[in-house]
Amino acid sequence: MVQQSPVAGTIRKPVNPRVESYKNLWRRLRKNKAAVVGGLLILVFLVAGIIGPYLTTQDPNLPQISIKLQGPSAEHWFGTDNYGRDIFTRIIHGMGITMTVGFFSVALGGIIGVFLGIVSGYYGGKLDTVIMRIMDILLAFPGILLALAIVSVLGGSLTNLIIAVGVFSVPAFARIVRGSTLSVRRLEYIDAVKALGASDARIIFKHILPNVMSPIIVQLTLRIATAVLTASGLSFLGLGAPPPTPEWGAMLSEGRAYMQQAPHLVLFPGLMIVLFVLAFNIFGDGLRDALDPKMNK
Amino acid sequence: MTKFIIRRLLQTIPVLIGVSILVFSLMYLIPGDPAQMIAGEAASPQTVEQIREKLGLNEPPPKQYLKYMSNIIQGDLGNSIRSGRPVADEIKARFWVTVELSFYATILAVFIGLIAGIVSAVKHYTWSDVTIMIVALFGLSMPNFWFGLMLIQWFAIGSWMPDWMPQMRASGWGDDWKQVILPVVTLGTGGAAIIARMTRASMLEVVGQDYIRTARAKGMGERVVIYRHALKNALIPVITVVGLEFGGFLGGAVLTETIFAINGMGRLTIDAIRTRDFPIVQGTVLIISFLFVFVNLLVDISYRLLNKRIDLN
Amino acid sequence: METDLLKVEDLRTSFYTDEGEVKAVDGVSFILPKGKTLGIVGESGSGKSITALSILNLLASNGKIVGGEINFKGKNLLSFSDKEMREIRGNAISMIFQEPMTSLNPVFTVGQQISESIIKHQKLSKKEANIRSIELLKLVGIPSPDKRVKQYPYELSGGMRQRVMIAIALACNPEMLIADEPTTALDVTIQAQILGLIRGLQTRFGMSVIMITHDLGVVAETCDFVAVMYAGQVVEYSDIFTLFEEPKHPYTIGLMNSLPRHDVEIEKLEPIRGNVPNPKEMPTGCRFSPRCPAATDLCRREMPELLKDDDGNDVRCWIYSEKWEGEAEVTVYGEKRIAKGHGSETILSD
Repeated sequence: MVQQSPVAGTIRKPVNPRVESYKNLWRRLRKNKAAVVGGLLILVFLVAGIIGPYLTTQDPNLPQISIKLQGPSAEHWFGTDNYGRDIFTRIIHGMGITMTVGFFSVALGGIIGVFLGIVSGYYGGKLDTVIMRIMDILLAFPGILLALAIVSVLGGSLTNLIIAVGVFSVPAFARIVRGSTLSVRRLEYIDAVKALGASDARIIFKHILPNVMSPIIVQLTLRIATAVLTASGLSFLGLGAPPPTPEWGAMLSEGRAYMQQAPHLVLFPGLMIVLFVLAFNIFGDGLRDALDPKMNK
Repeated sequence: MTKFIIRRLLQTIPVLIGVSILVFSLMYLIPGDPAQMIAGEAASPQTVEQIREKLGLNEPPPKQYLKYMSNIIQGDLGNSIRSGRPVADEIKARFWVTVELSFYATILAVFIGLIAGIVSAVKHYTWSDVTIMIVALFGLSMPNFWFGLMLIQWFAIGSWMPDWMPQMRASGWGDDWKQVILPVVTLGTGGAAIIARMTRASMLEVVGQDYIRTARAKGMGERVVIYRHALKNALIPVITVVGLEFGGFLGGAVLTETIFAINGMGRLTIDAIRTRDFPIVQGTVLIISFLFVFVNLLVDISYRLLNKRIDLN
Repeated sequence: METDLLKVEDLRTSFYTDEGEVKAVDGVSFILPKGKTLGIVGESGSGKSITALSILNLLASNGKIVGGEINFKGKNLLSFSDKEMREIRGNAISMIFQEPMTSLNPVFTVGQQISESIIKHQKLSKKEANIRSIELLKLVGIPSPDKRVKQYPYELSGGMRQRVMIAIALACNPEMLIADEPTTALDVTIQAQILGLIRGLQTRFGMSVIMITHDLGVVAETCDFVAVMYAGQVVEYSDIFTLFEEPKHPYTIGLMNSLPRHDVEIEKLEPIRGNVPNPKEMPTGCRFSPRCPAATDLCRREMPELLKDDDGNDVRCWIYSEKWEGEAEVTVYGEKRIAKGHGSETILSD
C-alpha cells in the first residue's frame, strides 16, 4: 500500500510515472529470446542493405542471356534470372530498396499519424471527432485497397509507393496514439503540470509524447512489417518501381512467368520478404512484451 | 439495443459519404485531363469538349460530386472507358466471385485459426504451442501472393506430389473444388494466423479470470472449465477480428485473383488500373469499401448483442 | 480427535517466479473442529489466501504445495488425485471469494452457474437442478428467486452476486465452507448482512467455516478459533476468548492494541512499527523480530517453533520457551507477559 503523505505547504514536483519503466526495457528485451533473434536479424539486414551492394562482385542489372535461368550454384548462390542476372546480387541490392520503402513510408505515416493522434486525444471535442471520422474513412478501404487506389492515381514509382503505403499507415498510428494520449491525459500528474502553468506544447512534448512512446515504438516496428508486405504486393502488381529495379516484389512478378522451368526465380525473393517481415514482426512482438505495463509486475 | 443499432447505422453515413468523396476525387488526382483520357489520345478537341460537356466536367466539383452521388444511388457507376459498358454491369458479373472467395477464405481462417489458437492456449508453453505460434508468425509474415505462387508450384505444377494426390488447378473460379482450394488457402492463411494469435491471447487472458477459479472451486473438470467457461468468453473479442479479416480478404483478393487468373472484382481493378480505365477502378474500390463498411456494421452489432451480457466495467 | 474436521500441519506452498522461489506459505498448522468457525487473520501478503487456496488445491499454475499435510476427515487431501479432488471441491468443501464482481462467469445465467455444481455432484436432472437453484437463491435471501435465476451476473449488484456465490457454495450441502475475505469488496451495510447470512447458514446446517479476513472485528463477530498469520506462518493459534483476553504473540498484541476498543481503556493507540518483510528477503530468526519491541539476539538468530500449551493453543514466540534469555517480565506494546524460561509454569495467569 502506498501511503499518501499530505505534508502541508510543500509543493512536490509532479512525477512522471511512466518514464521510469524505460530503464528496465533493455533488460527485459534482452531476456526475450525471440526479440533478440528478431533484433539481430534486423541488424543483419541493415548491414547487408548498406554495405552489401559494395561487396557484391556482379552487376545486378547486367543481362547475360547466355547463362539465363540457371539454378543455384557456387557461382550464383540463388541462381540466375531470365536475363541471366545473378539473383543473389539483385536481392542484396533490393534490400536497400525494401528498407527504404519500409522505413520511409512508416516514418511518413508515423509522423502524420502520431501528430493527428496526439492532437485528437489531447484537445478532444470537435477536432477529435473530425480527425477520427477521417481515419474511419481511410480505414473503410480494406487491406491493400487504399494504397492501391493511391498508387494507381499517382502512377508507379518508388516515391509514389512510399506515399501510398505511408498514407495507408496513418490511421493505425492515429488511433493507437489517440488512445494512449487519452489515458495519459487522465493521469493526475498532467493536471499537476497544468496547474504549474505549462503550455500545451510543453505538456505535449515533455509529458504526453514520452508517455505514449512505447506503443508508438511497437507500432513503428510492426508497421514496417506490414508496409513491406503491402509494398511488395503493389510492386508485384506492377505498381511499384519500374523494371529493372531489383525490388523484391517486382522480381517475383518478373519471375512468375518462368515458374515452371525455374522456380528459384520466385522462391528466393519471396523467402527474403518473409525473413525481412518476420524479423520485424518478432522484434515488434518482443518489444510489446517488454514495454507492456501489464507485464511489468 | 435498437437505439444502438440506429446510432450505429447513422454513424456509417458520414463514413460512406467520405469514402465516396475520396473515390470521386481520385479522378482529379490523376495527372492529365479526364475527358482527354476517356476520348483517347487521338481524339479531336471537339470530341474531348463534347465528352467534357456530357460528363459535366465543366461544372464546379461540388456539383459534379452531387451528380456522381445521385447516379450511384440510382445504381449508375458510369461507363467503362475501354468497353463502353456500364461499370455496374462489369462489376455485377464479378461481384459474387470475389465475395465467395473471401467468404470461403474467412471460413477457412476461422476454422484453422480457432483450433490452432485454442490448442496453443490450452497447451501453452509446450512444444505444440511454440510450434503453432512459430507457424502463425510465418503465416503473418508471408506475402500471400508469394505463398500462392508456391502453392501453385507444389500442387498444380510440381511433379513431386504423391500419386494419390489430385492435381490442383490454378486458374479461374468455378464449381470444381480442385480449382477453389488453392486460392482459398492462399487468401485465408494470413487471416488464420491472426485469428490463432488472437484466440490464444484471449484464451490466456480469460483463463486467469476469477470466474475460472470459481468454476474450478465448484469441482468442474478441466474440459468443462476450458471449453465451457473459458472459450465462450474468449471468443467474443475474436468475433471483431473475423469481420476485419473478411474485409481484408476483399482487399487481398486483388492479389489472389491476379495469380490464379480469377475473374473477380480484384482482377477487374488491376486490369482497369493497367488500362487506365478509371471509372472501373472507382467503381470497384467504392463497392468493395461499401461492402467492408457494411460487414463491419454487422460485426459491431453482433458483438454488441453478445456483449450485452457482459459487465461494462 | 474425531471432532477435528480439518487438520492442517506444517503446510508449505511456494510460487516459482522469474526471480526464484517465493515461499508464500511456510509452515502453517491449525485445526478446525467440526461445526466451528476458524478465522485466519493477517495482513495482505501474509499468506492467508494462499493457505485457503492450498486446501482446495486451486493455486495458480506457478504455485505448488511443497510440504505438509491437509487432513480432512482423517484423509490427507494432498494425496488425492485430481479426480478425487474434483469430487471434494464444491461438494464436501466449498469456497467463496473476495471479488463477487468478477467471480461469476459473465456469459452464464445465475441459474446455470448454480445448477452446474448440483448436476455434477448430486446427479440431478437439469430441471431438478433448476428447482433446487431457486430454493438456494431463496435461502440466501434473494428476492423473487424464480426471476433472478434466469438473470446474468451483470444484472445483479455486488451484494447480490456474493449471495449467489454463497448459493453456489451451499448447493451440495458442504461440510466445510472457506470464505476468502467475503465482505472486503462490499459496502459496510452489505458486509454485515453477508456475515449474518453466513453465520445463520452455518448454525442451520452445522457447517464448519474458515473465515479469512484482515479484519479483527469480523473475527470477533464470527469465529470460534483464530489462526494469526504473519509472513507465511501461523504465529498464534487459539480460541477466540484467549486471543482477545490474553494475546500472546507480540504481533497479535500489537494488532489488538492498534484497534480501538470499548471494553478496556487505552491511552493511545500504538501502531506496529516497520513493514511486512518482502517474501524474497525473509529475515533470519523470527520473522517478526525486526519489528518486535521485545526481540532479543535469540529471536534474530533462530526461528521459534510453534509451542503448544495444555489448552491446545499455539504460539510461535521465544518468550514462552525454556530457551528465553531475556527478562522474566516482558512488556510488549504496553502489556506485560511472563516469560516461561524464568520458572513460572502457569503462563499468562493474572
